[in-house]
Amino acid sequence: MDSSDNEQVRLLGKWASPFSNRVDLALKLKGVPYKYSEEDLANKSVDLLNYNPVHKKVPVLVHNGNSIAESLVILQYIDEAWNNHPFLPQEPYQRALARFWCKTLDDKILPAIWNACWSNEKGREKAVEEALEALKILQDELKDKKFFGGETIGLVDIAANFIGYWVSILQEIAGLELLTIEKFPKLYKWSQEYINHPVIKEGLPPRDELFAFFKASAKK
Amino acid sequence: MGEVKLIATHESFPCARIEWSLKIKGVEYEYLKEDLSNKSDLLIESNPVHKKVPVLIHNGKPIAESLVILEYIDETWKDNNNHLLLPQDPYDRALARFWARFIDEKCVMSVWQACVAQQGEEKEKAVEAALETLSLLENQIKGKKFFGGEKIGYLDIVAGWLSYWLSVLEELGEIELVNAERFPFLHEWANNFINTSPIKDCIPPREDVLAYFSFGINYVRSMHGTQ
Repeated sequence: MDSSDNEQVRLLGKWASPFSNRVDLALKLKGVPYKYSEEDLANKSVDLLNYNPVHKKVPVLVHNGNSIAESLVILQYIDEAWNNHPFLPQEPYQRALARFWCKTLDDKILPAIWNACWSNEKGREKAVEEALEALKILQDELKDKKFFGGETIGLVDIAANFIGYWVSILQEIAGLELLTIEKFPKLYKWSQEYINHPVIKEGLPPRDELFAFFKASAKK
Repeated sequence: MGEVKLIATHESFPCARIEWSLKIKGVEYEYLKEDLSNKSDLLIESNPVHKKVPVLIHNGKPIAESLVILEYIDETWKDNNNHLLLPQDPYDRALARFWARFIDEKCVMSVWQACVAQQGEEKEKAVEAALETLSLLENQIKGKKFFGGEKIGYLDIVAGWLSYWLSVLEELGEIELVNAERFPFLHEWANNFINTSPIKDCIPPREDVLAYFSFGINYVRSMHGTQ
């Protein structure tokens, strides 16, 4: 593969962002070579403003000059543009369930956990209760599967990178116990399979750097 | 192709989206009217996570979230009536999904906020924000009959509330957002959309939508201590 292949696919991202990381993971799982640019959101690049004028956010995927924003939209695009290692099953009902869970992750589950980790004394109890409830419904969906996608990593697994990796760091910083082996044995087991998956492992940002990044944010 | 049921309320535009797409595809379905103040066991069992409408139940299997249901309908009945809702090309599909999320996340919220905002500076700012989101949609529809091209597509269905529910919100909020002068293309699209079958055959009576939104607005205003 020559360098022009790399230039065909470009990702504008932020290394600490789970949304940006979703796209890294997806491209790596598909074996698609790409060029990555780290964006400074306090000083947005001309490219970012050109490629995502509506939201001016990362991640943005650029493929053959076409730009796509919104991580879940990008994930589905990647799955449809590259046929290998499909992220979605063939059967429409199973596909609908996967899409439902991706949306529910973003609309309900991630916000609940994020709120709990950044909550102050006053709102903490309620926020933690909601976070635990969110993790429970996710575990109920996992059931006894190795991954949400079954035997292989699927769309929901990629979208749940925050649960599989970021949560353990954030809960440690916040001094909370949310996703633990005692509270959610199946989901915890999934998280371990996930972060040890050969492609995922290579695609996640280093734990100590992520820890330091969020710890510094917590101090502000 | 199997038994299709829809749990819905007729004032809800996410529910209308599902009816429109089923009718476009020529799919027969049973309409199960839901009372959201007294949720049915079926709704709670079928959508335990959100307990909201619409829920499509196909051969006993439930699907929730209107955007998810739309894609399911398109994939399950893909050969019906030679009318695909989503485009074929991956990039065009991505654009449609992007704009659908924009409509549901930014547009709906900003219009609602403009509607409930108190008169004065708060309202002016909220109206400005809403107009900004609508101007982006104006650019998307420019030069096209429908967002889907010659035929109604996924994005038309998602944006469909602008052709009818919006005017109710404008009335209740004492604001004017979409008109022929400000957004000529969106205005024309709205007229085309609402007057096309099967859309025009399944829109709820205006007074029901008025009552439904009034209730919500009064609730929000009472939370702010205004009436």
